[in-house]
Amino acid sequence: MLHSRSMKGLAVPLISIAAGFIIGAVLMLIFGYDPIQNYQNLLIGSLGDVYSIGETLRNMTPLILTALGFAVSSKAGFFNIGGPGQYLMGWFGSIVFALSFSNLPTWFLIVGSLMCGAFFGGIWSFIAGFLRAYFGTSEVITTIMLNYIALYFVNFAVKNWLASKGSDSSPNIAKRASLNTEFLQKLTNNSTFNWGFFIALIMVVVIWIYFNKTRSGFEVRSVGLNEAASLYAGINVKRTIVVAMLVSGLLAGVGGAIDGLGNFQNISVSNNLPSVGFNGMAVALLAAENPIGIIFAALLFSALQIGGLSISVYSNTPSEIVDIVIASIIFFVGIKYIFKVALARNWGKRRRKTTNGGADK
Amino acid sequence: MEKDVVQMKNITKKFGNYKANDDISLELKQGEILALLGENGAGKSTLMGMLSGLLKPTSGEIVINGKSVKMENPRDAKTLGIGMVHQHFMLIPAFSVLENIILGDEPLKAGHINYKQAAKDIALLAGKYHLKIDLSAKVADITVGMQQRVEIMKALYRKANIFIFDEPTAALTPQEIDQLMKIMRALSDEGKSIVFITHKLKEIKEVADRCVVIRMGKVIDSVKVAETREEALAEMMVGHKINFAVDKKETNKKETIFKIDKLNVEAHGQLKIKNLDLTVHSGEIVGVAGVDGNGQSELIEAITGLRKIKTGIVVLNGKKIQHQSARKIAEAGVGCIPEDRQNVGLILPLTISENLVLKSYYKKPVSNKGFLNYKKINEDGRQLIKNFDIRSQSEKELVGDLSGGNQQKVIVAREISAQPELLIAANPTRGVDIGAIEYIHEKIIEQRNAGRGVLLVSFELEEILKLSDRVVVMHEGQIVGEIDPRDTSSEELGMLMAGKQLAE
Repeated sequence: MLHSRSMKGLAVPLISIAAGFIIGAVLMLIFGYDPIQNYQNLLIGSLGDVYSIGETLRNMTPLILTALGFAVSSKAGFFNIGGPGQYLMGWFGSIVFALSFSNLPTWFLIVGSLMCGAFFGGIWSFIAGFLRAYFGTSEVITTIMLNYIALYFVNFAVKNWLASKGSDSSPNIAKRASLNTEFLQKLTNNSTFNWGFFIALIMVVVIWIYFNKTRSGFEVRSVGLNEAASLYAGINVKRTIVVAMLVSGLLAGVGGAIDGLGNFQNISVSNNLPSVGFNGMAVALLAAENPIGIIFAALLFSALQIGGLSISVYSNTPSEIVDIVIASIIFFVGIKYIFKVALARNWGKRRRKTTNGGADK
Repeated sequence: MEKDVVQMKNITKKFGNYKANDDISLELKQGEILALLGENGAGKSTLMGMLSGLLKPTSGEIVINGKSVKMENPRDAKTLGIGMVHQHFMLIPAFSVLENIILGDEPLKAGHINYKQAAKDIALLAGKYHLKIDLSAKVADITVGMQQRVEIMKALYRKANIFIFDEPTAALTPQEIDQLMKIMRALSDEGKSIVFITHKLKEIKEVADRCVVIRMGKVIDSVKVAETREEALAEMMVGHKINFAVDKKETNKKETIFKIDKLNVEAHGQLKIKNLDLTVHSGEIVGVAGVDGNGQSELIEAITGLRKIKTGIVVLNGKKIQHQSARKIAEAGVGCIPEDRQNVGLILPLTISENLVLKSYYKKPVSNKGFLNYKKINEDGRQLIKNFDIRSQSEKELVGDLSGGNQQKVIVAREISAQPELLIAANPTRGVDIGAIEYIHEKIIEQRNAGRGVLLVSFELEEILKLSDRVVVMHEGQIVGEIDPRDTSSEELGMLMAGKQLAE
């Protein structure tokens, strides 16, 4: 029974992915492009050599972290749309620290910058969590608003405090504060691959343990599944909500810090919220909020994004086709309910006690 | 002989390999009240689900008014004149009674809802069937009994000829039950046919013409009610002799374990508990009788720390426990089997063993330095499953996959294994089958015999009268009377519950 349940859990994302690729292929055929050729280029462009692999892994790192962040809040029953803002605050926090304390010893500098980034991201989600727990304010609204506050605050701060006059970006951080080391550059043929990837993997393990083995994780799951029962059981629901939202933002903040320290080396004024925050939500949904699943979902999204760049290099197919594939996958994951019903019917495995079957996860 | 309005012929319904209904046949005659008796999980609801269009039979034939029919959805059943009065009312609290009745079948006049016409039609029906309802009241403000009458009116308004009542008396006072019985008889006198799902034998004796007993998906027998004794019906239902008596030992020590003094509690800005005093002694079961909504829920919430106490003192074993967190109060020795087992007592998507530690997971040895010892959790779970006879595949099965009776046993196991000084049991046997009822009653009495205090809040008067050593009656947030269950009938108790004084 447990076995068939996890099998079905995998069926929905796999079907969604296949459907996304098929739609992409059909569109390419309609507009006269060669889908097989393009998908081949996509694969080569994302995983064909060490350089592309390095790029893909680097690109998936913040996706993993924003997705993990979204998953944590979602397990507690909250829809944290604040990933972009928390990521941005994390990025900002890490660069500020790295610039301000550049004379610290290397290890202190790097760990301090990462923690500062996590802290900034955490504050941002903590605000939403606190408002939700103690004033009942919808976290959907507050996190959306906080996204914009983050965007304009960071733009203001970069322009007025960090950038030299007339410039739109901060100076670069010291080389030794960077997560991108020569060793990794050599290994991946000068890609932007950096140590952040391993930090993300460690965070996946930490979060998995958090949910499945710790007291606090049990509380978060309980509150997310049934708030009334949690209250009755004596769980401090308000505190749990705040903790879950805090952890959620810490993770997104680490994602931003890793991108800041490993990829960008500075922070600049931007017009839009970073899309990686939103894509993290899609990754989490595709992975059904399973920490291990998030690694694979992030890999897929990242490979599509990185490989998509080479589609238009090797042929005249517009690289936007990849966005359509990604969007279709998200769409199909979103309507997974339909798949679930269809699967339940075809496999004839509807459980007998349907009236008690409130458990659908 | 009246004609058959419903014939269900050789109905089988399978869910996977499981036969919920196995070759069931039954007829319903015009003007007849047919009781459908069976334990929970016997297949009554499945059978009626097929008659009301919610489910489709795997094999077999349904004949309505002489015509073989295939119903695709509940709307088809409605068109055929079948009206279902659900156990859980399907009403919209914010709408008026009138709006609820016409919802989905609004009479229109130039594109607007013709409320006048609707009210006139409904008043006519109400007079004919003695259905007292206040059309302008909001559903949120009316009693459970009235809500049920609204449900019946909904079916009548849609010109139903065949009524299915799914355990209609579960939440009613004795007076309301009497009224319902009258309504059912009025319906049958007018030639309407009724299927009455229940597991209460007394009501069957009182109102039904014929009774079909179902056990494990099969028809055991179809009997004339007038010619069958209650005991015989009960035995047919469970398949073995039942022990109706309870084993209550005399307990001699009578120390005060629990005391409430001048308690006042507010809910939604209204004073729901008014100057309430209550005492529970060791080795005593105190029953709290009362119509739903007279402050029982607020009382339990206030004691267990889920609701703020305005003024008053709550003392357990000499220690004040008011104004403390739910966890502190539980640790002080208050256990609670809550009213709503699926939404409050359990977290359905968690496993049995996780639910069993829901109140103790944070303590050693289960929790150590912030980490949970799942090996220990599952070991303890296995032990409790064995000790409390919880029927399940394994301790890792999700609680949501268990039957109602076994879900309740999970809660009972958790609360009793914590060895509380005071056990609060709120409707502990609501909606569970007879076997589990027997078992849960036994466990509650065990607590009493072990010298602990039990506060039993229940809408089942027979349960209260059977288990309690002392019964207090709650009405509008106050204790309005105390009776000795040994010399009080449920009718007298019902009078008190309705707020009337007993004539001395």
